[in-house]
Amino acid sequence: MDVFEILFWLLTVMAISCALGVILSRNPINSVLFLIATFFSISGHYILMNAQFLAIVNIIVYAGAIMVLFLFVIMLMNLNADVEPQKSRLVQLAAIVSGGILFLVILAALRDSAVRGSIDKNATDIGLIKNLGKTLFTKFVLPFEISSVLFLSAMIGAMVIGKREAAPVTDNKNPKQN
Amino acid sequence: MPIQYYLFLSLALFCIGIMGTLMRRNAIIILMCIELMLNAVNLLMVAFSKMYNDASSQIFVFFVMVVAAAEVAVGLAIIVMMYRKVHSVDINILNRLKH
Amino acid sequence: MTNLVYLVPLFPLIGFLINGLGWRTIPKSVGGVIGSAAVLASFAVSLGIFFEVKDGVSQVVTLFDFIQSDKLSIPLAFQVDSLSALFLLIITGVGFLIHVYSTSYMHEDEGMVKYFAYLNLFVFSMLLLVLGANYLVMFIGWEGVGLCSYLLIGFWFKNRDYTNAAKKAFVMNRIGDLGFLIGMMLILYHFGTLTYSDFFGQLQGDGPVVSASTYNWIAICLFIGAMGKSAQIPLYTWLPDAMAGPTPVSALIHAATMVTAGIYMIARSSALYNLAPDALTLVGWIGCATALLAATIAIKQYDIKKVLAYSTVSQLGFMFMALGMGAYTTAVFHVMTHAFFKALLFLGSGSVIHAMGGEQDIRKMGNLGPKMRVTQVTFLIGCLAIAGIPGLSGFFSKDEILASAWSHNKAIYWLGVIGAMMTAFYMFRLYTLTFTGKFRGTHEQEHHLHESPAAMTIPLVILAILSIIGGYVGLPPVISEHHTLNEFLTSSVTNLGHHVIDHSTEWMLLGISTAVAVIFSILGYMANRKPAFAVNTGIAKAMEEKWYIDELYDAVIVRPLRSLSLMMDRYAERMGIDAVVNGVGKGVRWGGDRVRLLQSGQVGFYIFILVIGMTVLFAVSFIWNN
Repeated sequence: MDVFEILFWLLTVMAISCALGVILSRNPINSVLFLIATFFSISGHYILMNAQFLAIVNIIVYAGAIMVLFLFVIMLMNLNADVEPQKSRLVQLAAIVSGGILFLVILAALRDSAVRGSIDKNATDIGLIKNLGKTLFTKFVLPFEISSVLFLSAMIGAMVIGKREAAPVTDNKNPKQN
Repeated sequence: MPIQYYLFLSLALFCIGIMGTLMRRNAIIILMCIELMLNAVNLLMVAFSKMYNDASSQIFVFFVMVVAAAEVAVGLAIIVMMYRKVHSVDINILNRLKH
Repeated sequence: MTNLVYLVPLFPLIGFLINGLGWRTIPKSVGGVIGSAAVLASFAVSLGIFFEVKDGVSQVVTLFDFIQSDKLSIPLAFQVDSLSALFLLIITGVGFLIHVYSTSYMHEDEGMVKYFAYLNLFVFSMLLLVLGANYLVMFIGWEGVGLCSYLLIGFWFKNRDYTNAAKKAFVMNRIGDLGFLIGMMLILYHFGTLTYSDFFGQLQGDGPVVSASTYNWIAICLFIGAMGKSAQIPLYTWLPDAMAGPTPVSALIHAATMVTAGIYMIARSSALYNLAPDALTLVGWIGCATALLAATIAIKQYDIKKVLAYSTVSQLGFMFMALGMGAYTTAVFHVMTHAFFKALLFLGSGSVIHAMGGEQDIRKMGNLGPKMRVTQVTFLIGCLAIAGIPGLSGFFSKDEILASAWSHNKAIYWLGVIGAMMTAFYMFRLYTLTFTGKFRGTHEQEHHLHESPAAMTIPLVILAILSIIGGYVGLPPVISEHHTLNEFLTSSVTNLGHHVIDHSTEWMLLGISTAVAVIFSILGYMANRKPAFAVNTGIAKAMEEKWYIDELYDAVIVRPLRSLSLMMDRYAERMGIDAVVNGVGKGVRWGGDRVRLLQSGQVGFYIFILVIGMTVLFAVSFIWNN
């Protein structure tokens, strides 16, 4: 058992328990915090595999921007544990069972799979920014440019959808039926 | 470190994400569980890129993150609009598709 | 000229198209001229063809290949030989006279141009029938005349009774046509061809070996077709009802041409019938029975056209009797003479009806002679001809029929004599009641009486002349060595050989015919000179009511069929098929309603199903690959 493996198992346990925390906690804010912790552990895995760029980007984009966005929205709606709707126990059980079955099926399928190999403990260079950048801007430059268009459209879409309507909002107690 | 370990880890995270989408009634939590699923896939892809020493897998992860970000932006906009209408984020209230 | 034989049906077809398409716009007189001119043109060409055929020309003119497949080859071809040339003359000649008569008779009718269109279409179909070189072209004409008969009988379509009569005629024709079709198919099955020359050649020599019963069956099936078209028992009841149509129609279709189609067909198929003795016997007996039955009914009819209609049925019976004896040319001879005098009688009756302002009941007529001399004289000539008074055409043809019956089957001979007695009797009863005695109608009718215009009387005169001289082409052997008509027709029709009658017997037969005709004509006159119309009872009533045959058909055939249809409608159609078809629709709807519940609108439910589906797909592919 060397450091590499210890770290691996540590990060694994952390990731799985935080993921469980996401889905099991009643307070949505707790869910968000657990998810952030999950992201940190996954970034830890990335660093273990020497994918430095992705690790940092994971933290910055996911944990830093996306989760903050989530938190803003949750706090905007003032959600907390008592107004949180819960599905019935039966449905929750059904959900867990179906998820579990999916897990088992894919597990069985992958057990005998032809994928063999191992992760080399030695560091490789492909995760470094320099090499990634080279590949990104030569082989994958077209998707790169198009992703900017994607962002543009997402921005516009989000703004259009989120715009408050100009017409006066009717009585809030009765949602409009049409 | 045989690749199987990363495979099962990623699978476990993915299935936990699925359980979350099925179990929760809060639309925002469901979105978060979808993010969890995406991350599980990202993890697996990085593991494979290390195994085969190929950088294009990591580029793909990069683009997955791009798309996830865009999707979250739009999805949250929709949820906000929904909240404005019915003042709740319970997905059971959204059954207009029935008609 | 024979190559131009296609012109003969073409002219009436063009006339039909012109009149038929423009009947709302073409003025009445022009329509009449177009119709008559078309038939006149056909008559001219037919005359040319006749003279060529007389010199021995006989050929088949093929227009185009109608049906051409691997085993079956049926061209649209016309056969020009003595039999078809003779019929062409009869059809176009008598047809032309009737067209001229119609221009005056139908003068006040709104649909006169439509009428001429139908008449031309009829002539076209009839010409196709007699000109065809194979059974299929004949059948096309056969159906065409049936259709035109329907159109013309129901010409005054606003009257429900008339249209019912038209339907009755068409349906009965159709029943006969089924027999014809089966006969054709049997011929095709056994011999592989429908063309006359091929078929008859195979019969005479090199065809396949076929059992005798097959010939009989084919002949009987074809005869069923003739039964329907030529009004023999049991398919004759349509003809008296067909008098609902205009009188020239009755003259053309139901006296001179359409009803003779059956005789033409059997005469054409003489080679076949010579090989089917049982069928010939059947034909003969049915003809005899029809002749007698119709004659008994005619004795007690009071409508002038109905008497003539039953007389037609009776005379057709005589023709089939002749066919049954194997004397095909004799039957054709009687067709020719009958066309002349029956058309004359019908046109004469049309003249009478016209003068009486539409009245057809002879009990209301009488003493029409002085006011309508031409009609009276020509009608008298027609009666003399049909009764068989010596010297006129009917005598020669009827005597020939009876002579051939004598040499084949004495029973049929004596029955034929009885039929001739009744024919003379009822015809002179008709004449007497109509033209002599005291007038029994109303005063307005009496004032309205007048002779018909020239367009109606000239055809009467021409037909009268033909009725007189038409018999001289068929003189009996005692008088002349040459039987012109038989010699003319020998090239296309083969008579069944019969015993030659020696001369003394022949004179005796002639004597019997003459005596019968004269005696019963006088009896007919005497019995009806001062008529007293009592209510008929007993047998007389049965005769007046047509022996209740129509009622019999109604009870035995029509009513069970109708109740069967109603039952099928209620059970098979409504409860069976409709239920199944509608049930499928209802089932789909019900299923759809149930499946609709799946669309709960709950997003969570949808995701759940998504995951389940995914799991199932993975599992299936996993198991599949192992």
